[in-house]
Amino acid sequence: MARIDWRRWIEEGGDALDRDMRTFQAITEAPEERDPFELPHPRERLTYARFHRWSHSKGERILKVIYFSLSVLICLGLSALLISTALDLPQFGADAELIDNDISTFYVEEGLRHTGAMNIITGIILDFRGFDTLGESHVLFVAACTVLMLLRLPGGDDPESQLARRRAEAFDRHFEPRGDVILANCVRVLAPLLIVFGAYILLNGHLSPGGGFSGGTVLGAGLILYLCAFGFARTGRFFNFKVFRAVTSGALAFYALSKGYVFITGANGIENGLGPGVYGRILSGGLLMPLSVAVGLVVGCTMYALYALFRKGDL
Amino acid sequence: MLSKLMGHSEEIAALILFGIGFTNLLLNRNMMKKIIGFSMMDSAIYLFLASYGYIDGRVAPIIEDASAPLEVSAYVNPLPAGLVLTGIVVSVSVTAIMLALTLRLYKRYHTLDIDAIAILAREADPE
Repeated sequence: MARIDWRRWIEEGGDALDRDMRTFQAITEAPEERDPFELPHPRERLTYARFHRWSHSKGERILKVIYFSLSVLICLGLSALLISTALDLPQFGADAELIDNDISTFYVEEGLRHTGAMNIITGIILDFRGFDTLGESHVLFVAACTVLMLLRLPGGDDPESQLARRRAEAFDRHFEPRGDVILANCVRVLAPLLIVFGAYILLNGHLSPGGGFSGGTVLGAGLILYLCAFGFARTGRFFNFKVFRAVTSGALAFYALSKGYVFITGANGIENGLGPGVYGRILSGGLLMPLSVAVGLVVGCTMYALYALFRKGDL
Repeated sequence: MLSKLMGHSEEIAALILFGIGFTNLLLNRNMMKKIIGFSMMDSAIYLFLASYGYIDGRVAPIIEDASAPLEVSAYVNPLPAGLVLTGIVVSVSVTAIMLALTLRLYKRYHTLDIDAIAILAREADPE
């Protein structure tokens, strides 16, 4: 069989595959020099050739149609099944037993007394289900580490890794032009506001809507916006790999130690002089505020790190 | 029937979104579009779960005055919000890992087509 030009397929991407299928067929069906397995009778050979051609042109199309219609049918059937099940559940917004039961009543009644959080959801996330949130932050951390391993460029001094780094730098310059006046001026106003707002959400998570994850995301968005406007050289002054490592591991270690202490002592909590949450006082509600700050730092750093790694392969 | 359908509009929208995401997974050969379909399925499930915490005429479970007598029937169910938050964070992590792997595959094979990648991988490493 003749060699196929794979390189062209590689360079022109996936669409070239469809286009070149015809060339591929022409090559495979072209007569070759003396096949040892050649069928002896010319009639048999003709039948075989016809079948071969059919399976390569018409058969493939029929298979494609069957696959398409089967998958659409499966998906429609799945959706119909799920919807018919959902119709048996209580209506949206209904005051049904499934939604309004002893469990939610317990959380609303006892949440403030048990956790000191005025925002019951924060109380559930950081206290009743605190172990779950610890695992969740670790999932985020492990994801950041995996992306770091997969995408970080080699940092060595040999010419190959230097070339890779320089190429990444050139791509970054080309696709994300620096010195955009409109963006820079907008970000000068927006980035401080975003970061202050993120800090507000973090610090008020136990008193008002908010908490670690939402505040961390807003913080990360502010950092990413700053990076978009001013480039890696400016953000590298206050946020590099060392800072990422220190902040993330420090926050996770603080969370794990304080929560671990609480778990070992039988969910009694660390004695604090703060007492339950009081409206408008940040320093209340016990351990919840520091915990949500820790979670928020992990989330914000991870968001920024993911963006930077996908963009340039380095922090 | 129609009133029943209208009463479940949130859930039905979520499940149709789920179906669209699943179809996307089956029909597209482009890895990027597969990941988009996967994220759509995630979001559909979160919409479905979050819609079950809501009760008409009630407010978010934030107790403003601790000294006043607590009226439980004034607040919605706080549990689905907490559960959905967990799911969102995990799906962000999974999406990040999927995108990073796709980027590595693209750097190696210079295509996002999953069939082409399979052919090229077999070509490079025949068993």
